[in-house]
Amino acid sequence: MAGADLDDILARHLGREGALLPILRDVQVAFGCVSPASEAAIALALNLSRAEVHGVVGFYHDFAAERDPRPEVQICRAEACQARGVEALISGAQAAAGERVLLRTVYCLGLCSVGPSARVGDALHARLDAEGLRRLIEAA
Amino acid sequence: MRTVRISDDALARACGADAVAAEFARRGATVERVSSWGMHWLEPLVEIEGEGWGPVTADDVAAILDGTCDKAIDRIADHPFMADQQRLTFARAGKTRPLSLADFAATGGWAALERARAIGPATVVEEVIASGLRGRGGAGFPAGIKWRTVADTPGARKYIVCNADEGDSGTFADRMLMEGDPFALIEGMAIAALAVGAQRGYIYVRGEYPDAIRKLEAAIPLAAPRISPFEIEVRVGAGAYICGEETSLLNSLEGRRGEVRAKPPLPAIAGLFGCPTVVNNVLTLAAMPHILAEGGAGHYGGLGFARSRGTMPIQLAGNIRHGGLYETAFGVTLDELVHGIGGGTASGRPVKAVQVGGPLGAYLHPDQFDIAFDYESYTAADALIGHGGITVFDDRTDMGAMARFAMQFCAAESCGKCTPCRIGAVRGVAVIDRIRAGGRSPEGLECAPQMHNSRKTGRSQAEEVTLLEDLCETMTYGSLCALGGFTPFPVLSALKHWPEDFGLAPQSGKGMAEQTHGI
Repeated sequence: MAGADLDDILARHLGREGALLPILRDVQVAFGCVSPASEAAIALALNLSRAEVHGVVGFYHDFAAERDPRPEVQICRAEACQARGVEALISGAQAAAGERVLLRTVYCLGLCSVGPSARVGDALHARLDAEGLRRLIEAA
Repeated sequence: MRTVRISDDALARACGADAVAAEFARRGATVERVSSWGMHWLEPLVEIEGEGWGPVTADDVAAILDGTCDKAIDRIADHPFMADQQRLTFARAGKTRPLSLADFAATGGWAALERARAIGPATVVEEVIASGLRGRGGAGFPAGIKWRTVADTPGARKYIVCNADEGDSGTFADRMLMEGDPFALIEGMAIAALAVGAQRGYIYVRGEYPDAIRKLEAAIPLAAPRISPFEIEVRVGAGAYICGEETSLLNSLEGRRGEVRAKPPLPAIAGLFGCPTVVNNVLTLAAMPHILAEGGAGHYGGLGFARSRGTMPIQLAGNIRHGGLYETAFGVTLDELVHGIGGGTASGRPVKAVQVGGPLGAYLHPDQFDIAFDYESYTAADALIGHGGITVFDDRTDMGAMARFAMQFCAAESCGKCTPCRIGAVRGVAVIDRIRAGGRSPEGLECAPQMHNSRKTGRSQAEEVTLLEDLCETMTYGSLCALGGFTPFPVLSALKHWPEDFGLAPQSGKGMAEQTHGI
């Protein structure tokens, strides 16, 4: 099942210029990680060494070696959101998340005039206060 | 029934615009989803026949429809925030449906591309040079000169790469343009392709912008017949801030680690896959339709201040009452932007500092607020305008912590290729911690008798400050790109203006930082 999906992704991108990043992105989205087995298969398909593929996977923050099954809430903690008080929300967010939800720090969701902001999947949320962020995390 | 216009910009949606639109639709109104005007404190903003209401929630919908809502702002175009702007790049903001080819054509879309085809590549390049447009990504390099270099470099394959990896905190103009007026960017890229003889273009968008990716992927097939044989493809980043640096971006597009390349060769000579490549920011390319319109270059070049020509879409962000997008000619002062247009802080407290130009920009003190928005004026003040983001901080901000964050951010996002950035940023965090702790004494293993070379005396706070200044000098002059090279701007400016936040006596830090700036 998983193998077939990987083949589909490879077939979709082979022959494109600079195909590695689009492939890794699709693999990350489909499987929640880029596993060593996927790295080997991608390397073979693109005629690269496994080390080259592994080096690229390791470089980018968005690629994970292992899948984390927990729901993910991304919280922006860059300067503009700091200026709007995101740091004061972090301990409450961690308490609400516990072990159940993965909180990930991101630097900038581009909502810098209405922070603090967060992202769950492709949905963005702005003007968060402690209560709003807690509800968002509990619903994740 | 009247037509209700509500933005479908990611920011408006994050503030609840979808629920408001759904409520209007439920009550039988015709809802048009348009781009955002850029008045972010009023989002979700509802427009009915030119009149505006904001910020609206679903509960306000009934009152708006029966005329009793107290959130009215009267005519949007006459609002003080809008009335004094000079919107060229963002001329369509708030007015058109982003993916409507009809709206685009009705507001002058494709006219510049048609004209560019008629006047030919050489004249196009001349007009871009004449407009004085400088790259809006941050470096401010004259766009026309870059185009001429690519046009003059022989090559069977050439590329147009749009840098849409808008990673700087406090900036969102690229996102707004891609979501609100994607065809303008596509037209700008097609003009660039025509000017330099490129066959293919890539838009490298950061993964943090799902709405922009979706809009561009929908817009490109719609526009394909108009720009043919030129082809554009969207590529999505993978969470690396450094990929906003042009050579790192090119490596990423090629499927490599996003490490910075040494220059020369310039990307204009040997860029993507070794071919001559134009790498321009979204705003640079999106300015082209105005510049290439009849008389556009002269009009654009006639605006501005000193060597900064035309308009800049300035982004007001952070702790600011009236945050949003403010496009105006260069020359406006920071005081006007922050206290006049921006209305001061959102918290109502005094402004302590303003960071201009994203995480690599200097923190400016209110004493410096008479500075004019201009590339050279900022450079002279040891600051930069970067991508035009302005982040406001109130008096509760700990500037020592912000300086530490600048180093921490650099350490997290360094590509690792050059030592001053990779190691310097990590050491920078440690030195700032030691300054804030008042210096340090030797401890642990350092005190062991067999550690003959370890320092046995403590280092005073003043010595730690000197160390930080030395480190910043090394990073400034030794780093390969702007990440390591500019991180000292926020660090040293914070040290210079707010030494008390580092636990230093107000005067001592200031004197020392000034000495460093004199180097």
